[in-house]
Amino acid sequence: MVQVKLWGNLRDATDGQDVVEVEASNFKQLLDRLSEKYPGLKPQIERGVSLALDGRIYREAWFTEIQPDSEVVLMPYMKGG
Amino acid sequence: MSKLHVTTTVNGDELDFVCPPEETLLDALRGRLGLSGSKEGCGTGDCGACTVKMDGRLVCACLVLAPEAQGAEIETIEGMATGESLHPLQSSFIDNAALQCGICTPGILVAAKDLLERNPDPSETEIRYWLAGNLCRCTGYDKIIKAVQIAAAEMRGETA
Amino acid sequence: MNKMSREKQDFKVIGTRVKRPDGIDKVTGRAQYGADLVVPGMLTGAVLRSPHAHAKINAIDTSEAMALPGVKAIVTNADFAALDDEFLLDVADNCLAREKALYHGHAVAAVAAKDAQTAKAALKLIKVDYTPLPHVTDVDDAMKSDAPVVQAGRKQENVKGDYSDNVTMYCEFGHGDVDAGFAKADHVIERSFKTAATHQGYIEPHACLASMTSDGKADLWCCTQGQYFVRTLCAGILGMEASQLRVTASEIGGGFGGKTTCFIEPVALALSRKAGRPVKLVMTRDEVFRATGPTVSSSSDVKIGMTKDGRITAAYAALRYQGGAFPCETVAMGAQSAFAAYDLDAVKTEGWNALTNRPKEAAYRAPGAPMAVYAVESVVDELTQHFDLDPLDVRLKNAADAGTLSSYGPTFEAIGLVATLEAAQKHPHYSAPLGENQGRGVSCGFWFNFGGNTCVSLNINDDGTVGITEGNPDIGGSRASISMMAAEELGIPYEQVRTIVADTSSLGYNDVTDGSRVTFAVGLATIEAARDAIKKMCNRVAKIWEIDPDAVIWENGQAKPSGPNAGDFEPMSLAEIAALSSETGGPIAGHYEVNADGAGVSFGVHLADVEVDPETGATKVLRYTAFQDAGKAVHPDYVEGQMQGGSAQGIGWALNEEYIYDDDGMLLNAGFLDYRVPVASDLPSIEPVILEIPNPGHPYGVRGVGETSIVPPLAALSNAVSRSAGVRMHELPMSPPKILKAIASKG
Repeated sequence: MVQVKLWGNLRDATDGQDVVEVEASNFKQLLDRLSEKYPGLKPQIERGVSLALDGRIYREAWFTEIQPDSEVVLMPYMKGG
Repeated sequence: MSKLHVTTTVNGDELDFVCPPEETLLDALRGRLGLSGSKEGCGTGDCGACTVKMDGRLVCACLVLAPEAQGAEIETIEGMATGESLHPLQSSFIDNAALQCGICTPGILVAAKDLLERNPDPSETEIRYWLAGNLCRCTGYDKIIKAVQIAAAEMRGETA
Repeated sequence: MNKMSREKQDFKVIGTRVKRPDGIDKVTGRAQYGADLVVPGMLTGAVLRSPHAHAKINAIDTSEAMALPGVKAIVTNADFAALDDEFLLDVADNCLAREKALYHGHAVAAVAAKDAQTAKAALKLIKVDYTPLPHVTDVDDAMKSDAPVVQAGRKQENVKGDYSDNVTMYCEFGHGDVDAGFAKADHVIERSFKTAATHQGYIEPHACLASMTSDGKADLWCCTQGQYFVRTLCAGILGMEASQLRVTASEIGGGFGGKTTCFIEPVALALSRKAGRPVKLVMTRDEVFRATGPTVSSSSDVKIGMTKDGRITAAYAALRYQGGAFPCETVAMGAQSAFAAYDLDAVKTEGWNALTNRPKEAAYRAPGAPMAVYAVESVVDELTQHFDLDPLDVRLKNAADAGTLSSYGPTFEAIGLVATLEAAQKHPHYSAPLGENQGRGVSCGFWFNFGGNTCVSLNINDDGTVGITEGNPDIGGSRASISMMAAEELGIPYEQVRTIVADTSSLGYNDVTDGSRVTFAVGLATIEAARDAIKKMCNRVAKIWEIDPDAVIWENGQAKPSGPNAGDFEPMSLAEIAALSSETGGPIAGHYEVNADGAGVSFGVHLADVEVDPETGATKVLRYTAFQDAGKAVHPDYVEGQMQGGSAQGIGWALNEEYIYDDDGMLLNAGFLDYRVPVASDLPSIEPVILEIPNPGHPYGVRGVGETSIVPPLAALSNAVSRSAGVRMHELPMSPPKILKAIASKG
């Protein structure tokens, strides 16, 4: 099981929890499980999210491996200039 | 009104073109004479990217009507180097990283060349005020000023 | 994959100041920018723009214009493909209005004609039937429940509360209990701030040349930060296959984020398709200001609590951004970066975006961060003054470091903030004496860096030189840096490597040049491509020597036996191996394709000294020093250039630059005379100080540097002006009338 930190307004979709648990070993599985378990997260996931894994940000990489003890933080999909 | 035939000298060459009376010198240089080194940044004389020398004076080519070039001597960026040899200002700009995107560079070089011809040993303040009519958005001007100072010293025969 | 080459601390090429490959072209005027290309048979395009800030478009009658001799084609939004992707629909709508004119200057129709005079005359003959509608331009007004609605039905599910339909998104970040934190503070300051929209101000207006033939193939030449993204957008909007569209990036006269999207390119393609001829379309400076992508304008509230020894106990910010007439998510970036420099137990940031009748926002160096950090650093500075503490001491006391839980969620790895703060404290600027009416301001700054989709192809030429093909327009000297990284990895002189930027047909997909990503991601891909080529060259040599491939190593530009047991062979140089490539299997190349991750973040600290004239309100910037963590400065001149350029832009943003609207929603200052960017005589020398705290995610430790430098100047200047004038400033820009008003009001 992986612990995922969600940013503030996503708590509305998870009964107020800002850390949730899902079974996932990579980023794609994580997003799929989150959408299944918390359908209210789907619109944001479809709009785009990034993943910060142990402090490092991954914008899209589905197959990024996630360890059970990793720090996993969901972030908005980021744009620069 | 019908078009006008203009004969002028650019970088030492006698050239001619036909244009409507309201055309700017900048558009004539770029569109009729194939000299695209002078750039249009604003079209209203505020940015200096179109700086050329006309009869010994710096002008914004976007503010000069093309027919005014009749019989005039014009110097553009394309005339600054001679064959394979760059002008010391041009070399200094490359060596001292005085350009990033380079779009303002032709105008600044033409203006700086004129400054050094009038004042071979300008202070930093004099350089900054002379170039105040040439906008640069990339560099913050710092390396440009230094490159002009270094070229000026070289032209005075002062470098090591 | 991103294995850091620890042994590479002893760099031979990296860190030197080599000459850039495009230098001579640019100092002689030979370089070809967007508006410099001419092709046979080309037509000139021009765009008709809305005179109303908000209006329904009932009908467009082009018949009289089309009948003008010399006019070859006229297009409207109806000439674009039918789309259902929301993102593409917005871009297409912005390029040519669909149902409503959404801002003053919004493109409504376009013409291609035999010359500029004819095109201009044709525009006057196009008849558009408008029904003007009420408009809104201010962000706070746009959020009110009774505001005119710019576009209905664009609100995301996360927006709660009694706001108008203009509010399209809400976001919230942070951790801990801010109320408990404020209760612990010895003093709490709460302030509101406003910032105006600004423009990237690149000197080169947007320009393109489109050539489409009746078989559906097209060539597009344009100044852009991302030719592949332009291809995606244009192909989608025109309803053509991406592979049929070849986009070539010209040299670019500045971008800073503003040239990461399309404004005129789909229009030029549609005109070319209809006319059956190439069409050149160049924006005027007026059009650039009115109808490209300025920044958001903002209205914000910041509340920070601090103990008397300078420790922040809680921090809160509410950010309200308007990104023009289309939904914009930049407030999320602002909300995440606002408190990023701080190690906080309790922090909360909320953000809202509102639609207005203004042009569609585009990125400008660290989009969303400057206005948020401005507000935060202003309140931190005011607290510092309240307790009479040293500004840098307070920053150091609360500085984020490795292991800090960031205000936006993840825990930081190694970062350079403390190093930049300490460097600033030690620098002579910080202890230089100040005179009458002079003040000193400091500010931290932060920006994310990105990786992204990147392809590099590295070809070993048979004469032993190396050609690199990459896909990212060079906006800061990256061609030189990429060549340097290849030269370093291969062990050959820089002068033997030549890097070019490919068109979209010559290489796989590359993300836009943005997010400070090129030196990091393209550099990383180049290093890996070089390693790929090295492996192949070693294999060739192993065959020549008839030994195992593992027994051949690469050192200083040569293949060598790995040890005495491998055999007694003379090393072979890259040039010697290249000369034998035909005989040993064919041309040798390395390549690498990746969606790179592992980019670090980049922190900076700026110091600004100003003198405010109490009679005129004019601010003179006396001294400016910028400190930034670059990870590893591949080419120090270009890193310095980014720091100086971003600082100058930030100074302009703080002191003079703003979009000024009248009551009709019309932009009043759409030119460089009244949109006042810094000129050479406005600025002092800007001293750049580069720190190097290596990013563990890059083989040479590189961090992106291009964007961070625009973040600190806003507050550094505001703090300096506030201290100099003796009154706190809460609005940008701090133009002379505003400073005089503030001085007068303090009595």
